[in-house]
Amino acid sequence: MRISLFVPCFVDQLTPQVGLATAQVLRRLGHTVEFRSEQTCCGQPSFNSGQWDVAREGARHALKVFRGSEVVVGPSGSCVAMMRNFYPQLFKGQPEEAEANDLAQRTFEFAEFLVKKLGVTDVGTKFSHKVTYHDGCHALRELRLKEEPRQLLRAVKGLELIETEEGESCCGFGGLFSAKFPMISTAMVQVKGGALVRTGAEFVVSSDPSCLLQIGGWLSREGKPIRPLHLSQVLANEAS
Amino acid sequence: MSSRENILGRIREALQVKAPQPHLQAPLTPTNHPPQGKEWLPDGGESLTESLAILEGQLAKLKTVLVRVPNETLAVEAVKLLSQEKGWKQVAYQGHPLVTPIAQSLACQTWQADADFNKQKLEQCDVSLTSCETIVAQLGSILVSSQTSGGRALSVLPPAHVVIARTSQVVPDLADAIGQIKERYGQKLPSMLSFITGPSRTGDIERILVLGAHGPKELFLVLIDG
Amino acid sequence: MSDPKAIFLKDASVSTADGDQRAFIRKALGGYYVNRDLQKARFRSWEKARDAASMAKWSAVNDLGNQLEKFVGNFEKNGGVVHWAQDAAEAREIILKIAADAKAKAIIKSKCMTSEEIHLNDALAKAGYGVVESDLGEFIQQLRGEAPYHFVFPCMHVKREAISELFTKHLGTAPTNSPEELTMIARRHLRQLYVDADIGISGANFLVAETGQISITENEGNARLTTALPKIHIALAGIEKVVKNLDDLAILLPMLATAGAGQPMTCYNTLYSGPRQKGECDGPEQFHLVLLDNGRTRLLADPEQRDALHCIRCGACLNVCPIFKNIGGLAYGTTYQGPIGSVITPHLRGLKQWNHLSGASSLCGACTDACPVRIDLHHHLLHNRRNAVKTNPTLFDRVFHFGFNFVIQRPKLFAFGGKVFRTTLPLLKKLPLPYLSAWLKTRDLPTPPSQSFRAQWKDQNHE
Repeated sequence: MRISLFVPCFVDQLTPQVGLATAQVLRRLGHTVEFRSEQTCCGQPSFNSGQWDVAREGARHALKVFRGSEVVVGPSGSCVAMMRNFYPQLFKGQPEEAEANDLAQRTFEFAEFLVKKLGVTDVGTKFSHKVTYHDGCHALRELRLKEEPRQLLRAVKGLELIETEEGESCCGFGGLFSAKFPMISTAMVQVKGGALVRTGAEFVVSSDPSCLLQIGGWLSREGKPIRPLHLSQVLANEAS
Repeated sequence: MSSRENILGRIREALQVKAPQPHLQAPLTPTNHPPQGKEWLPDGGESLTESLAILEGQLAKLKTVLVRVPNETLAVEAVKLLSQEKGWKQVAYQGHPLVTPIAQSLACQTWQADADFNKQKLEQCDVSLTSCETIVAQLGSILVSSQTSGGRALSVLPPAHVVIARTSQVVPDLADAIGQIKERYGQKLPSMLSFITGPSRTGDIERILVLGAHGPKELFLVLIDG
Repeated sequence: MSDPKAIFLKDASVSTADGDQRAFIRKALGGYYVNRDLQKARFRSWEKARDAASMAKWSAVNDLGNQLEKFVGNFEKNGGVVHWAQDAAEAREIILKIAADAKAKAIIKSKCMTSEEIHLNDALAKAGYGVVESDLGEFIQQLRGEAPYHFVFPCMHVKREAISELFTKHLGTAPTNSPEELTMIARRHLRQLYVDADIGISGANFLVAETGQISITENEGNARLTTALPKIHIALAGIEKVVKNLDDLAILLPMLATAGAGQPMTCYNTLYSGPRQKGECDGPEQFHLVLLDNGRTRLLADPEQRDALHCIRCGACLNVCPIFKNIGGLAYGTTYQGPIGSVITPHLRGLKQWNHLSGASSLCGACTDACPVRIDLHHHLLHNRRNAVKTNPTLFDRVFHFGFNFVIQRPKLFAFGGKVFRTTLPLLKKLPLPYLSAWLKTRDLPTPPSQSFRAQWKDQNHE
């Protein structure tokens, strides 16, 4: 399959290793991976801020970038939810409505794509560490993905998966919310981060790099021993 | 224009634009037995035996004390024992073929509250004895009414409440109980119908369960076979 | 300071800094989650029951005019008197007039959030009536002189020691740390007040069009007593409380109890149709119902958010909301706290002053999943944000987002901007920049890579 990679804007600039790992896993499974370098951002920050007219301009650019692609795969539940669930709303009644609906249907979150579209749960990886998994809210509740990433993690050799208390609690990121209401956002990551630390895991794995930015940023500031890691990075760790 | 006309006018104007239906998990299948969706609620049992088993489980969890007796004579004995054990002195009761003989056999001061109602006097009573309309197995609820359970206050003001009923009054679920009420009363409904589900309780202090907030602390259901 | 947003930011800063209080709230809700899940598991399908419940409310709300008229016709046939109130002031006037006509002195109240909405207690007290809240939580909040913290669990934030002190101060009782003994103190104190009251005021959870009954859900028995002993019963309800028929209650009552309190049914679910009837030994001589609009028809006129009127006030959305659990109920500054409050308050009180509540959400969606009648809560927060931009755009936001979207439509500019951001980040961190400084106060950013993804990809793939 010819897969067009969708790399979130902040992954492009701050955590490029997530994008590279995603491509690596998909290629290892025998697929052709392309990166359309005209891509930038899905427009979610403006959409979530209520600036739908402005967000539509940014989103229109994304529609154009992915025109003609076979499938689009992104390592972020949040950005994929934007394209899958919110583009159709954003473009309702607009000339691009059909195109937005079409893109929504062929855009997939990374774990979702592996398990539901490719039918793969074991990517042949070894990762001998204790990890806990954080469900990003968009993956969990907008895309209804809960078992898929866990199936992938359980198939990793040597990996011990520990569930957390506060399992379905939000990390408090919420995009610009984290900076507009920093005291609430911080209180939320204190609750979430505290539960993650109590698992005794070495890594907190998530399929949402934006949650990892928040959780990792707090863990780092607090000097906690648990480290953030994207699911693709675990799966890219080729079995030796 | 009156407020009524204003509000109704605004409603009609607002509803000119239709709202989409809620996002359902699955389209509801039309059913001959309303309400739609009652088959997804907790089970109430297919037979009386099943319903009684479900009821017993529910009552235990709700801290409603169930006393099952085979006949009316033993119901009298059961309530006598209860009365001695609890040390009830003043008993208010509802005049009812199932209740009156039991009340009158007790060795305490008894008073038929619905014959000569006095709220001050009722407040002083230790226990009330009433009948009920229906018992709902699914939820462990006992339906009382102002017409058949001695008015409004009798079943809720004293600190203990004893309900006397027959197993034939047990129905599987809430919809069945509602159906019975409609059939029994038609358009002339009692001014109060109350589903009592366990003794009065509160969790208002630190979400810790305490029984007997304002209504009865203790609730007994004496269930006579037949 | 009277700007609701400024007050909110200040109060939320104070409450989120109180780690002990936040842990207390989490602990208090622990039992609720366990019981809720136990009760949900008894449903043969909780999800399909949610479908049925949402359809029951949808079909009534979308036929509100007819259903209300039917309800009122039946209610009056049963001997009750209906009063229509367009706003809070009119509702207060109606109730004051009933009280004056009856030459009442003492009023007992059972829990009624709608009465909080119209600030009824203040009005009654000013007019010289003795008003006592009988629900334990409301009674405690009344003594504290504080609004309810949670519209189902009004004093869940108050520790037993504080309640003991409160009772010692106001009721002269001996200190105790036992929730049971504290409850009994309130029980003993209130009993004579029910007997002596001239008027009982209640809310209503549902108005049943088919029969003209009102339905009241409670656990303590205080509403039963409030509506049994005084000579006059006044119920106050929003117009959206109507349901078509009794059968719908067979779905809604168990769901309200399970979602709201983790119970199969609450202790007392009572249907009232009119005053005392012939052949009944007790009950009020008069039964009044005040039907309140107070902004509800504005919400009704928005088809996108009309489903917010399906709300049965179970409080499930508050109990799962990380915002509520961290800022607490009082910080909202609204009658209805939590996600449903953030959705409806802008409609009831004005989007310009109250849109910040829609912004104060990570949009995690836990509320929407918890709602027994499937209100699309977290998406409505998005809708409020969009509507606020349309009606009251702020210059900073417009410029910020216009700039951002200008950049993301130009990949070369985006790549260049990203590079500038990465290389100057050490300097930027020291500047008082919007958003960035707020982030960095409590969280780090990853050390930026020397090359972006796009640059590395280009190198590796020789594109």
